[in-house]
Amino acid sequence: MERSKRSRLMQQFIFVGPTSLFFFVIVLIPFFLGLYYSFTSWNGISRHVEWTGLRNYLHIFTKDPSFLNSFWFTAKFTFFGLVLTNLLGFALAYVLTRKLFTRNVLRTVYFVPHVIGGLLLGFIWQFIFVRGFASIGQATGWSFFNLPWLGTEGTAFWAIVIVFVWQNAGYLMVIYISAINNVPQSLHEASRVDGAGRMQTLRHVTIPLVMPAVTVCLFLSISWSFKLFDLNLSLTKGGPFKATESVALNIYNEAYTISRFGMGSAKAMVFFVIVAIISLLQVRATKKREVEL
Amino acid sequence: METTAKKYNVSLLLTELLFILLALVFLVPFYFLLVNSVKSYSEILSDSAALPTAFQWSNYAEAWKATNFPHAFLNSFIVTVVSNILLAFLCSMSAYKMVRNNSLYNRILYIALVAAMVIPFQAIMIPLVQIVSGLGVMDTTAGLILAYLGFGAPMTVFLFHGFVKSVPIDIEEASRVDGSSPYGTFFRIVLPLMQPIIVTVIILNTLWIWNDYLMPSLILQSPELRTIPIATYSFFGQYTKQWDLALPGLVLGITPVVIFFLLMQKYIIEGIAQGSVKG
Repeated sequence: MERSKRSRLMQQFIFVGPTSLFFFVIVLIPFFLGLYYSFTSWNGISRHVEWTGLRNYLHIFTKDPSFLNSFWFTAKFTFFGLVLTNLLGFALAYVLTRKLFTRNVLRTVYFVPHVIGGLLLGFIWQFIFVRGFASIGQATGWSFFNLPWLGTEGTAFWAIVIVFVWQNAGYLMVIYISAINNVPQSLHEASRVDGAGRMQTLRHVTIPLVMPAVTVCLFLSISWSFKLFDLNLSLTKGGPFKATESVALNIYNEAYTISRFGMGSAKAMVFFVIVAIISLLQVRATKKREVEL
Repeated sequence: METTAKKYNVSLLLTELLFILLALVFLVPFYFLLVNSVKSYSEILSDSAALPTAFQWSNYAEAWKATNFPHAFLNSFIVTVVSNILLAFLCSMSAYKMVRNNSLYNRILYIALVAAMVIPFQAIMIPLVQIVSGLGVMDTTAGLILAYLGFGAPMTVFLFHGFVKSVPIDIEEASRVDGSSPYGTFFRIVLPLMQPIIVTVIILNTLWIWNDYLMPSLILQSPELRTIPIATYSFFGQYTKQWDLALPGLVLGITPVVIFFLLMQKYIIEGIAQGSVKG
């Protein structure tokens, strides 16, 4: 009995030990250290770490317009990014599950932007917005292409939204395609036999049945857009005049541009709490709407 | 299993044409990138939409040298492959044990891992750098891989955990009765059954690690350790607005991952669909 107990402990240690160790060292301990730093005025260099209590948090909410601005930018961006990527992703999936000749090629084309990292995409699109659009504008005379895309607050916002949707709609499309293909054919036929049109079938049969996929896609698109960083860094660097600075970029700048590690940590904690709340609300809201087959 | 049993008709043809057109719009950025990567600087400025009048291949030679591309590619490759193998290996073992041995520690660990999935990287980056340098692995490939193992563990364990729950326990019991050790049972019986989810995990982690910029930018400093995103970033900072060098550099940067996708397309698309069902 004693031996088997030891062997069970040994197994537990070998199977679960390494993952636990890496997780503690890389995620858990840093997280709690960060929580501690958020109550200090540490600058990352000095040996002496001064405890300042809630001062950083008060500062963030009362004296730091840059953080609140980045928060509003991110919230707005999340809203449009989420709605547009999901609409386009679902529309693509809905069409590309029908019998088209070029179906597989089209799926590939729509998905390919996602495999390229946000950092490189941002640089590529910088060129498109700065030079490419100007050339298209000259050729067509459409004023849409002659806007100073990365130069003004409003257009730079939409520039990032455009790239984000282009990058991620195809990924959501893949998830929606697999969900649509899992809807039993018989249900479609039954709905058509009962005299429902294509749109009615979509609304009352397809969409309720792909609700679990909607949950997943909402979750993904919220988390991508709320944590926007790479694309933001390489496309606009938060400019012009910090107008397109995401929360993640704002925290990064706080820590590494002005070396206020304590303040950066406090911002990061606020960021974490918001992300956690959004995730919880969103999962709960959509779980309610799923239909059990 | 497709959703339409209908015949091809005019409305479907129009739909198809519309979506082919949209796909071409999707490809426009690649057109601009490729076409301008072989133009001279003045030609890029005069008209970026036209095809090149002369092919200036020297752009590529210079970008290749300036980014030290073979080096960057190799670094990205090593980091991605090693992190992937270790993550798949260690996390599949852990997830399996956590499902089969429902101890208090394992339950708490699982909750902690799932909760950690919502921690944004910015919330741990400052102390993480401290810890990595405290361990003496700052500015090393090993340090970067270690960071990926820790930060990748939550989602990887979560995916494996969801899958193991659907693996019937009878097979394992039979193998134990036949005298196989718990380790033998896992590696010979359970691991082969987990193949579909392992493919999914490797795909998701590859897309993340290969393209990640922030983690390596904090841990690596030496130019010879740079991964592709880091090399691209510093190169672009140096040659900003020098499009005749920047664009071929970007083409080099995206080529490996695009090729990888085209080759592994079937698995990647299936893997992503698989992984999303487990949510």
